[in-house]
Amino acid sequence: MLIRRPADTLPSEITPQAIYRDRREFLRAAGGLALAGGLGLTSDDVAAAKLANTRPGPYSTGEEMTSYKNITTYNNFYEFGTDKADPARTAGSLRQRPWTVQVDGLVRRPGSYDLDALLKLAPLEDRIYRMRCVEGWSMVIPWVGYPLHELIRRVEPLGSAKFVEFTTLADRAQMPGVHAPVLHWPYTEGLRLDEALHPLTLLAVGLYGETLPNQNGAPVRIVTPWKYGFKSAKSIVRIRFVEAQPESSWMRAAPREYGFYSNVNPDVEHPRWSQAKERRIGEFTKRKTLMFNGYGEQVAQMYSGLDLRKFF
Amino acid sequence: MPPRPFTLIKAALFLVCLGPLLDLTYGVIADTLGANPIEALTRGLGDWALRFLLITLAVTPLRRLSGAAWLLRLRRMLGLYAFFYALLHVLSYVWLDQFFDGAAILKDVFKRPFISVGFASFLLLIPLAATSTNTMIRRLGGARWQALHRTVYAIGLFAVLHFWWMVKQDITQPALYAATLALLLGVRVYWAVLPGVVGNIIHRS
Ligand code: HEM
Repeated sequence: MLIRRPADTLPSEITPQAIYRDRREFLRAAGGLALAGGLGLTSDDVAAAKLANTRPGPYSTGEEMTSYKNITTYNNFYEFGTDKADPARTAGSLRQRPWTVQVDGLVRRPGSYDLDALLKLAPLEDRIYRMRCVEGWSMVIPWVGYPLHELIRRVEPLGSAKFVEFTTLADRAQMPGVHAPVLHWPYTEGLRLDEALHPLTLLAVGLYGETLPNQNGAPVRIVTPWKYGFKSAKSIVRIRFVEAQPESSWMRAAPREYGFYSNVNPDVEHPRWSQAKERRIGEFTKRKTLMFNGYGEQVAQMYSGLDLRKFF
Repeated sequence: MPPRPFTLIKAALFLVCLGPLLDLTYGVIADTLGANPIEALTRGLGDWALRFLLITLAVTPLRRLSGAAWLLRLRRMLGLYAFFYALLHVLSYVWLDQFFDGAAILKDVFKRPFISVGFASFLLLIPLAATSTNTMIRRLGGARWQALHRTVYAIGLFAVLHFWWMVKQDITQPALYAATLALLLGVRVYWAVLPGVVGNIIHRS
């Protein structure tokens, strides 16, 4: 159940007070900006709702979390514009409710899940993951969600289902960026079934203990922390189980630059830039990028025998 | 134009051209450049290098269209500002992006086409900046100096390519710069061939 955040919410366990204060000041500023911009939004509209009854999940990193402000103002979400500052400005037009996710394809029990059903499907966990963007920057993000396998298990994939395809909403009325033909809309992404079933793969519904802000892929998105950020489809409306490897929007746009796997790999460079290092947002110097974004212990065995240069 | 107002115009322009640098510096200090200020700084400096390059290339056509010969006397300063911002842009790349990692920089320059053309653009700018003084113009002689400074067309081309090849998917911005450059070079070609064409037609008829 969703509870609207009261004015004097206590900082949640996972959120240091300073960050919470930073976040709330930002929300006030964002509300002020929106008002100044004539959008008629108050900080209440901008503020996300507190997610009740979340519990600490496995695999969380102890690294310093990226500030709420930076996580919510620096986004690649082309449906809301191609500049990373665009989504925070333009995503206010996204309506989070009603929202349904269609789950179909090669499954025994296809179905349509509305948001409330999804929120109740499994216990919500706090998971603090690293996020590495293909552009060479990274963040540490406290997601709220549950493993995607919770949903997959319920729909009972058939033996022939080998891949999962995710589709992002593409509604011109709510998403100004969809007017520009920069990518093939709707945005699609895909995972191998075993990747989708991996306990690291999240169906995320929240950030910093609250519902997702629109610009971060509200109301429901995928998170695969060992892959470049674009693999984690945002604002999804469909999950389809298929036999053949699906072609994602980025593969279609630039097949030489974006492969199906797109595992974080410091040794396989993007044709136009190196992937050896990354800048953690908020830090001055760059750090070395880790194989599988540091999740090798969990995921490397899925790729044994696979030539990661060829299947990049 | 009489000398006094011209000196004033020139001084004012000098200060205006410093504006983008002050703006970016303020952004860094006040932390208003967003989540990734270093990227914003590098890009901002690159943007202004290209803008000043195009502004410099606009001087000759503007003079011809307006007939205001004094415009030409502002060109050197604008060109030097293009070099100045390009230099800061390259410095911010070498320092804040690569942290003086020579091997990584060399790899970038030789392996990544967008960096290669940016590098070519910057290399070609250096002799132009170095020969911008009156002494150098005199020493080279007008004709040779002019021939050398025609490389500015290639510099513009490389700079636009640099931007074009850098962007991930949305080419709107570089396309706008490319169109501006095409216009600025196009009018030169047009003016250069027009008398010949007209002459030919007259000659044949
Ligand atoms: C050694 C030479 C150069 C190097 C190594 C270089 C490097 C770079 C890099 C790494 C970027 C991407 C910045 C980022 O995404 O963080 C960039 C962008 C850019 N550079 Fe350069 N550059 C060079 C020369 C030049 C020159 C000479 C110009 C213009 C006259 C120029 C104009 C630009 C522009 C317009 C951008 C795009 C900025 C934007 O995204 O708005 N660069 N350059």
